[in-house]
Amino acid sequence: MATYSTSDFKSGLKIMMDGSPCNIVENEFVRPGKGPALSRVKYRNLKTGRVIDRTFKSGETVEAADVMETEMSYLYNDGDFWHFMDDETFEQVSGDATAVGEAAKWIKDQDKCTVTLWNGAPLLVAAPNFVELEVTDTDPGLKGDTSGGGGKPATLETGAVVRIPLFVQIGEVIKVDTRTGEYSARVKS
Amino acid sequence: MTDIENEQWPPTCSAALLHQRAELYQTIRAFFVEKGVLEVETPILSTAASCDLNLDSFSTNLSADQMLYLQTSPEFAMKRLLASGSGSIYQIAKSFRQSEQGRFHNPEFTLLEWYRVDFSLADLIEEMVELLMLCFGQNLAFRTVTYEQLFQQSTDINPHQASLSDLMGYAANQGNPEAVDICGDNLANGLDYVFSQYIQPKLRKDVVYFVTDYPVCMAMLAKLSGEQPVTAKRFEVYFNNVELSNGYEELTDADEQKKRFEHELKERQQADLACVPMDNNLLAALAHGMPNCSGVALGLDRLLMLMTDANSIDEVLAFPIDRA
Repeated sequence: MATYSTSDFKSGLKIMMDGSPCNIVENEFVRPGKGPALSRVKYRNLKTGRVIDRTFKSGETVEAADVMETEMSYLYNDGDFWHFMDDETFEQVSGDATAVGEAAKWIKDQDKCTVTLWNGAPLLVAAPNFVELEVTDTDPGLKGDTSGGGGKPATLETGAVVRIPLFVQIGEVIKVDTRTGEYSARVKS
Repeated sequence: MTDIENEQWPPTCSAALLHQRAELYQTIRAFFVEKGVLEVETPILSTAASCDLNLDSFSTNLSADQMLYLQTSPEFAMKRLLASGSGSIYQIAKSFRQSEQGRFHNPEFTLLEWYRVDFSLADLIEEMVELLMLCFGQNLAFRTVTYEQLFQQSTDINPHQASLSDLMGYAANQGNPEAVDICGDNLANGLDYVFSQYIQPKLRKDVVYFVTDYPVCMAMLAKLSGEQPVTAKRFEVYFNNVELSNGYEELTDADEQKKRFEHELKERQQADLACVPMDNNLLAALAHGMPNCSGVALGLDRLLMLMTDANSIDEVLAFPIDRA
C-alpha cells in the first residue's frame, strides 16, 4: 500500500483519512518555539465535501488514496445507476445517486463528464460546465420582448427546472451553466 | 548550443532582495561596531551536537571513524569564546536543522546571534528594540508580556501549574485530539503545541511581542529566577505572528548544564532518536567560568521576510534547499 509522509504533503495530494478519500488543500510546516515539528494541514473529505483542519506529527505517514480524475462519456441511467465510459479504453463504470449528485439534473447521453474514481469506482461526477438542453415545458402564454426581467420557469428534457427569458418557447434548445444552474443563452438550431 | 537546460538554476529571490540583505548586514555590523561588540567567526562543524529533543543535526564524516555535526546554532562555540574572556560578541552564522522545510523554514538558514556580558534580559530586550527599529527604519509598537499572562488570557490555563493532560484536554476540545501523538509524554511539547496553535495566531500583527518568564521545563540554556513561581529567564520575540527570536540570560553553571544535557539525551533515547555526543568543550568552558551574560539568536531570513512583506522564505533566499 502506497503511503505519503508529511514532507510529501502538498495541495492536491489524495490521502485516506478516517476511511474516506481526502484531498489536501493546504499544508504548512510548523516548529513552535523549541517544540515538536508538525504539519498544519487542511484537507477536504471527497465524500462529504467537508474541509477539516488537523495537525500531523512531522514525518508521520498516511495511506495514499487511489483517486483519479478522468474524462468520461455518460451512457445511460438504468434506474439505480448512471453508466459512464472511458472513450479511450472503452472501460465502463457505474455510479449511484450519491456519486452523481447534482450532475444527474444536467447530463444526457454522450455528455463528457469529469468522473473522480476511487478504487476504480465513481466517487464524484461533475457535469460539463455548460450543457445544451431542450425546453420540454414552459408557459407559452407569457410573451415578452426582453431577455431581462424575471423570466419564467421551464422544465428541460432531463427534468431540471430553470428560469428562462419570456421569449424562449417549448422545443427550443438552451445553454445552461451547470455550476450556477442558470440559463446562459438560446442555442440557434 | 548546449543541451544542459533546467529551470532550477536561477535564484528564487529578486535582485532587489540581494541588495536588501546586503544593506541589512551593513546595518547590523554598523550597529555592533558602535556598541563595541566584536564580530567573531566559529566553525560550523563540531564533534558535538545539540542534545535538544526537537533538533535534528546534520552529520558528516571527517574520516572513516569520526563523525562531525553541523551546528544548529553557533551558541556553544560562542560561549567558549565568552569563557575565554572575549567580552561581548556577535556572529552572523549559517545554521542547519534537518527536516525543517516550509514557508518559514529552510534546513540551512542564517542566524544573528549575540552575547552581552553583564547584561540582564531586560537590558538585552532594550538593545533588541533599538536594533529592530533601525532595521525597519521606523517606530514599532513593542509589548513585553509574560508567558503566563498570554497563556492565561487566551486559554484560562496557568502554564506553570498545568499538567500535560490539562493541555491535551484543551487541544482535544479545540478539535485537535491528535495533539497527544505529536507531543508524546513531554510537558514542554504540550505547552509549545498549545501556544503555537491557539495563542500565537491570536497575537496582534502590528505589535512586536517580547514574551518572557518561561515555565521551568522550557528553560533550555537559560538561568532560573529566584522568585516564586520559579521561571526561566528566557524570552521569545513574535512579530506579525512570526517567531523571530529566542534569548536567554545564560546558564553559567557547568553542573546544571551537564544535568540538562543528560536529561535531554534521556528524552532522545525514550523517543528512539539518535544518541548524539554532548558538548564537553562547552561544559569545560563553563567549569572554567563564563561571565554573567545574556544572549539572543535572531533569524535573519525571517527578519528579511517581515521587512519586505515576503510570503515565503524562498522569496528572500538566493537558493533555497530545492535549488541548492
